[in-house]
Amino acid sequence: MSAVYQFKPYNVGRWVIWSLFALLLLLAPLVFTSNLSTTMLAQMGIAIIACLSYNMLLGQGGMLSFGHAVYTGLGSYMAIHALNAVTEGRLNIPVSLLPLIGGLTGMGFAILLGYVTTRKSGTPFAMITMGVAELVFAMSLMFSEFFGGEAGVSGNRVAGDAFWGINYGPQIQVYYLIAAYTFVCVALMFAFTQTPLGRILNAVRDNPERVEFIGYNTQRVRYLSFIIAGFFAGIAGGLGALNFEIVTAEVVGAGRSGAYLLFTFLGGATFFFGPIIGAILMVIAFVLLSELTKAWLLYLGLVFLFMVMYAPGGIASLIMMNLRVAKFGKLRQIWTSYLGLALTAFVMLAGAGAMIEMVYHLQLNSALGDTVKFMGATLNAKGLDSWFGCAFVMLTGLGSFELLRRQYMVEWGAIQTEIEKEIKRRETAV
Amino acid sequence: MSTTYALELKDVRKNFGKTEIIRGVNLAVQAGERVAVIGPNGAGKSTLFNLISGRFGPTSGDILLNGQAIQHKKPYEINRMGLSRSFQITNIFPKLSVFENLRCAVLWSLGYKYTFFKFLSGLKDANERAEQLMDMIHLDKKRDVLAMNLTYAEQRALEIGVTIAGGADVILLDEPTAGMSKSETSRFIRLIKDVTVGKTLLTVEHDMGVVFGLADKIAVVVYGEVIAFDTPEAVRANAKVQEAYLGSSVADSQAGGH
Repeated sequence: MSAVYQFKPYNVGRWVIWSLFALLLLLAPLVFTSNLSTTMLAQMGIAIIACLSYNMLLGQGGMLSFGHAVYTGLGSYMAIHALNAVTEGRLNIPVSLLPLIGGLTGMGFAILLGYVTTRKSGTPFAMITMGVAELVFAMSLMFSEFFGGEAGVSGNRVAGDAFWGINYGPQIQVYYLIAAYTFVCVALMFAFTQTPLGRILNAVRDNPERVEFIGYNTQRVRYLSFIIAGFFAGIAGGLGALNFEIVTAEVVGAGRSGAYLLFTFLGGATFFFGPIIGAILMVIAFVLLSELTKAWLLYLGLVFLFMVMYAPGGIASLIMMNLRVAKFGKLRQIWTSYLGLALTAFVMLAGAGAMIEMVYHLQLNSALGDTVKFMGATLNAKGLDSWFGCAFVMLTGLGSFELLRRQYMVEWGAIQTEIEKEIKRRETAV
Repeated sequence: MSTTYALELKDVRKNFGKTEIIRGVNLAVQAGERVAVIGPNGAGKSTLFNLISGRFGPTSGDILLNGQAIQHKKPYEINRMGLSRSFQITNIFPKLSVFENLRCAVLWSLGYKYTFFKFLSGLKDANERAEQLMDMIHLDKKRDVLAMNLTYAEQRALEIGVTIAGGADVILLDEPTAGMSKSETSRFIRLIKDVTVGKTLLTVEHDMGVVFGLADKIAVVVYGEVIAFDTPEAVRANAKVQEAYLGSSVADSQAGGH
């Protein structure tokens, strides 16, 4: 489920995947060349490290943390202070290594705070992480020397001596620094899942009680994993400080912690690569969706709700389930259903989206008149016919979507039984 | 030379609130003995196993494993000292494969502890031991199946596999055959015999046929006390036991030709 548990001495597939990943990181800014896309790519790299480190707790250890931003955020703060120290000549380390200061900070605080947090599991664990997060956020308002108060702490990443002409002035140089860290961190975090501690962490997630009876102290397993997750979180924070050159109190806030949870879950916590998808979506949502509509958080909430109800394994599990169907050559039987589902979902969302936009328009922009432009159509936010039309579109979409969904579920079930039969047949043939 | 027992209980008591569940149990099991613990429902057999394995601490009394006191130790410490147990309700790692379940269970005993500087795939001894265990419990064809997708009997076998994986000398099995059909039970008992050769075994069991077939000695627990601890023949003949517990079931099993 969470990985391929084969131990071949030389795993070709794995080499191909990692080479492709490196290539992707290398070539992405050459394909997406605008300033905006370089900024977004850099943020994606940071988010990937942050979400994967979060998933070390959630997906691999069954620890639902509401305070992961504490470790990324404190890493950010320490890194930006270190950057300023480098600028002022008080500290002499290359800027490229500053994210490691963030990492060590995250790790240090994980050692300190995690000792309390990881004594418990399940709901008490979640509660304590929330308490710790509130505590740190409250402190950020109290100690303004360190946290910079409302304005935050800013810095200038062009500091110290340039190394081989790299001074991190241009955004593209920062991107490649982030890309390098991303590759190494992702590789290390994947490697962690293949070690004894990483596997026992899965066992602790599945059944902590039994782990105690095979010789392991579950508290110790959680604590050590928490510290390692804190280290990678801190690196993400340190990279964030270099990327934005400013750190404000929101980086340790509950909103940030919530975003890690939400997008890790959305991407898929049960597979290693799930949070990578989640992280990419996070940046797209925060940068693009928020530009597109004021109601973006509402849409995000709806998507999250929908995923928790219908696809609790996240996008990654949807992909893997369909890959299995494809492997048995049965994707052909349902692709028309997918097409139908996508079309009807689109109709439904268009209707719902139009109404949501009209509500937002009435609440926030009514001074600008009653007309709302939505997907090329001009709607009258106070006109009965616009509302009626939108409702009609939405309900038509909803009805046909539901009909198709039921038919699809029957097809899906049939295909799964066929696959099970096929597996049985192959087993007995061996 | 005073004999050191593999497992020794001295006047062990356990209260839950005001209710005394275990009321002064004394038991001394020699190394290599197979002991069946029998008794009516609610007599305290499972509680006794929970006390020995460290799931709960006793209210008073001493529990000695190879002569060392373990009554105040945590389950993982007791496990590291060489005592392992199975559970009445299957208690494995549902989202890990059969192989991973077994490999997790051998890691501590091979000294890998909490290491994260080695790859599992490179741990030759752990992988070999896990494969070997998989053969022993006849699940080698289910290597990569997730534990939650196994049949009930297979899960029970895996439960035993996880229990013996660490190579403990003292094994406690809590109703290993619970919920199994007659034919499955007899096959399973053979399996248990095979995998516990040379070990000290305590097992809670209800099926009298199994008890008399498997055990060197029988401990009869009634109302939180061990009222008899002897060879099957002696227990069968014991008037106290017949009166308190066995009664008709002994007569039945004798009539049935056991």
